[in-house]
Amino acid sequence: MIRVVLPHHLRTLAHVGKEVKLQVDGPTTLGSVLDTLEAQYPMLRGTIRDHVTQQRRPFIRFFACGQDLSQEPADAPLPDAVAMGAEPFLVVGAMAGG
Amino acid sequence: MSSVRVLVGTRKGAFILTSDAKRERWDVSGPHFAGWEIYHLNGSPADPNRLYASQSSGWFGQVIQRSNDGGKVWKPMGNAFAYDGVPGTHQWYDGTQHPWEFKRVWNLAPSLTDPDTVYAGVEDAAMFRSTDGGQTWQELPGLRAAKGHMWQPGAGGMCLHTIILDPSDPNRIFIAISAAGAFRTDDGGQTWQPINRGLRSPYELPDSTAEVGHCVHNLAMHPSRPGVLFMQKHWDVMRSDDAGGLWHEVSGNLPSDFGFPIAVHAHEPNTLYVVPIKSDSEHYPPDGKLRVYRSRTGGNEWEALTKGLPQSDCYVNVLRSALAVDSLESCGIYFGTTGGQVYASADSGDSWAPIVRDLPAVLSVEVQTLP
Repeated sequence: MIRVVLPHHLRTLAHVGKEVKLQVDGPTTLGSVLDTLEAQYPMLRGTIRDHVTQQRRPFIRFFACGQDLSQEPADAPLPDAVAMGAEPFLVVGAMAGG
Repeated sequence: MSSVRVLVGTRKGAFILTSDAKRERWDVSGPHFAGWEIYHLNGSPADPNRLYASQSSGWFGQVIQRSNDGGKVWKPMGNAFAYDGVPGTHQWYDGTQHPWEFKRVWNLAPSLTDPDTVYAGVEDAAMFRSTDGGQTWQELPGLRAAKGHMWQPGAGGMCLHTIILDPSDPNRIFIAISAAGAFRTDDGGQTWQPINRGLRSPYELPDSTAEVGHCVHNLAMHPSRPGVLFMQKHWDVMRSDDAGGLWHEVSGNLPSDFGFPIAVHAHEPNTLYVVPIKSDSEHYPPDGKLRVYRSRTGGNEWEALTKGLPQSDCYVNVLRSALAVDSLESCGIYFGTTGGQVYASADSGDSWAPIVRDLPAVLSVEVQTLP
């Protein structure tokens, strides 16, 4: 199972706790994890990636295993520790001043 | 016994204020969608327990919420607002053309007859409609064909912020867009025409009487007289007696004719309300005195309403969607401020009292009068 940690506001929107668990079919990539997340929680569509372009929203970041994966392409494999469920995949609301 | 439900959108969530018809004691529920910007909440005239909310965030984009029980339980609906076809371009600040990009929903206007039909006014300015209770949205692209390439965003963004559905003609809709103007459709939204003749914007436009480009802040109409429209423009309070065909100024003796919202009394089609703001450079009331102005003559002659409102050191603003009326026998008037107060008057504006004082900045106020 893939463990995904969502930011506070998306947890509230999806009515989930800090971490959700996903069964991802096929290779564990950035795209496949987000596809599965949105399929399981349709209210998250458009809040992480643009509906039309599927591009990451500007103030969203993806972290895992101490790395910033935000600029990785959708078909980039996630680290093995994420694929095996040892480490979570973090969807983060970026700092934006203040 | 009748009651009143006041729907308040703020910078940090939604609040629902309810009272019986006396409007003396209020129950405050919220924040709903805490931490999110709620540009607008609105109820269906056909089913008052059907509410729609526009929830947005700079991080997470647009969410549409729907309640079927008057705001106790909410459910996220569809949030895909895709412009029809290739969206094209509009004027940008530097005079170049810029692609249309969806940013947020400013206004939700449920149909007068069908709870599942709702219109959405969005930024970048366009009109969308849902006929399935907010699950899916389709653009009415004919609006952007009304010289959309010449529209240019103002300081607040290029937003479609006002939607008025004509109760006497289901095919007629009036809308207003910041820095583009007012528009009307007579065929249910397929085609639109600018209705800005008579507006003058000498400080904002090189051609002060241009067909489009005027910064219309808000429109109001009394349902019994749908051909008569009132407008708070950037500067000037305006009136049209022919459904927007021609406008004339009715600012009269206002201390400033700059402002954002305008509203009409529920039972007196000639009684109007505005909240004068000092200027476009200083968005607060003149002289630090929060005064609602009322005209009982359809404009031109205005009286200050001050009883219960702060008359010194008040520097809040009242935004374009933050003034509304109820339809109880003694008409109630409500407005919210950027300082987080929601003021109510149960006597047509003669006297005021705050319902709440310390909400986040208020973006919108709508009122439902319940049987």
